[in-house]
Amino acid sequence: MSSAPSSPLQTLLANRDWILADGATGTNLFNMGLSSGDAPELWNETDPDKIKALYKGSVDAGSDLFLTNSFGGNSSRLKLHGAENRAAELSRISAEIGREVADASGRQVIVAGSVGPTGEIMEPMGPLSYAVAVEIFHEQAEGLKAGGADVAWVETISFGDEYRAAAEAFALADMPWVGTMSFDTAGRTMMGITAPDMVKLLAKIPNKPLAFGANCGVGASDLLRTVLGFSATGTQVPIVAKGNAGIPKYHDGHIHYDGTPELMANYATLARDCGATIIGGCCGTTPDHLRAMRAALESHVPQERPSLETIKTALGGFSSDSDGTDGNAPTRERQNRRRRTT
Amino acid sequence: MSDQEDDIILSELNDEDLVAQMFDDLYDGLKEEIVEAVNLLLGRDWAPYRVLTEALVGGMTIVGNDFRDGILFVPEVLLAANAMKGGMAILKPLLIATGAPRVGKMVIGTVKGDIHDIGKNLVGMMMEGAGFEVVDLGINNSVDSYLDAIEREGPDILGMSALLTTTMPYMKVVIDTLIEKGMREDYTVLVGGAPLNEEFGKAIGADAYCRDAAVAVETAKEFMARKHNRMAANA
Repeated sequence: MSSAPSSPLQTLLANRDWILADGATGTNLFNMGLSSGDAPELWNETDPDKIKALYKGSVDAGSDLFLTNSFGGNSSRLKLHGAENRAAELSRISAEIGREVADASGRQVIVAGSVGPTGEIMEPMGPLSYAVAVEIFHEQAEGLKAGGADVAWVETISFGDEYRAAAEAFALADMPWVGTMSFDTAGRTMMGITAPDMVKLLAKIPNKPLAFGANCGVGASDLLRTVLGFSATGTQVPIVAKGNAGIPKYHDGHIHYDGTPELMANYATLARDCGATIIGGCCGTTPDHLRAMRAALESHVPQERPSLETIKTALGGFSSDSDGTDGNAPTRERQNRRRRTT
Repeated sequence: MSDQEDDIILSELNDEDLVAQMFDDLYDGLKEEIVEAVNLLLGRDWAPYRVLTEALVGGMTIVGNDFRDGILFVPEVLLAANAMKGGMAILKPLLIATGAPRVGKMVIGTVKGDIHDIGKNLVGMMMEGAGFEVVDLGINNSVDSYLDAIEREGPDILGMSALLTTTMPYMKVVIDTLIEKGMREDYTVLVGGAPLNEEFGKAIGADAYCRDAAVAVETAKEFMARKHNRMAANA
């Protein structure tokens, strides 16, 4: 690959059995007073101390890697806040703050430049062309690189072409990268991609990611079922597991996720046994959760791959009976003579 | 797929086979074929309302059920809805001209502070697929934006969508305002969005939480039936 073989994440992956990633960005920023509807990326400039505190929260809790506050920092998303011309700049600042926190930590901590979806539906179902998607991601990637991010990290993707477009953009920016998808619909992404589908997709991408996997989605159980689906393919690419801390509950006008630190500690060691190497949380995961996860991973003796039943007992049930990989997914008998060509 | 399989002459099919083929073509998102078939049925003196309900809504019901059951996913549903739209473009003026009965009307929008619209768009398309008239307010809607639209459009149903845990509480602000103004009982309020659940829908006083677009359509139909029964009982 074109990126330097000595990229820090590659080195860390070579030297460690597991890597603890970070927790939530959005839900933690809201706890710091970000108001609903504001673009969190604008805080990189106006409230850098809060962003620093966010990163530091993860690092101090033991994260080896954290994502920058740039998830919505592409021109397509920033446009809705009238900041479409600031994608590169806001992304750069998010990485600069991250660099500062990582370098001050006294140990090796990876700054992963977060890249979220464009929010648009791609052709042929929607208006966004592949070429424009590449351009949007490329602009952001250059900003993250200029700010000192060690790796570009695209997440919460649901569509294969959007994942490929991000990969191409990272090649243009000459950055090593990691990419995760969100499997939130009957064990598949919103666009119908299963865990093995995603592994197949990797084969079509010339600049391979350093790691791939799943983030967000429904609950911790579903996420681990997806990780089992990845590892069952025999892939040698390191797997990322970044699941939500339970599910959101509404309480006195506020939302909180119901997953306890104990549950996330359980989830972390199970994720390891499912075959994940980079393990973290997503929505609702606070530094308290991360501390529990770190402690659990450090004392964990590797076990066999857990069964779905084990996961269910430890973390709760799944959102759907099948995830489309077991041959038991519902299908429709078709009699027609003419079919959509795919 | 062989050439022979493609070789279906819609005009040579009798009504029953043509409608069955339309179900398949909607399922496969074939817009041109749907447009052709709608014109054929109209040419065979089918009333526009019958074309809508028996052919298009019938076909979209299958699409909706398979989406609900995890057989079809967003790309297939978008293509099917697009094909449906092709047929509706022909039928809409005819339905108005013939004074066809109204299935129902919905005002829908994503709440203030929230810019996500894929889920909302799907609901809008599936509702149109079920024959509802849909007024889409887009993203980032304030209480005033919802109230203005309700007064202007006179819908049966208000739909609110949110993708963020931080914007979903705004739905309660809208519902509370409706209660304050004594308007709450005039509308069915349906809510949806990835982080929501039934418990939340109840907690904020919505009529129902809809897990996905197919459930939204089923729920909307159910509430319309209840409304009609109530009106009939009071008549």
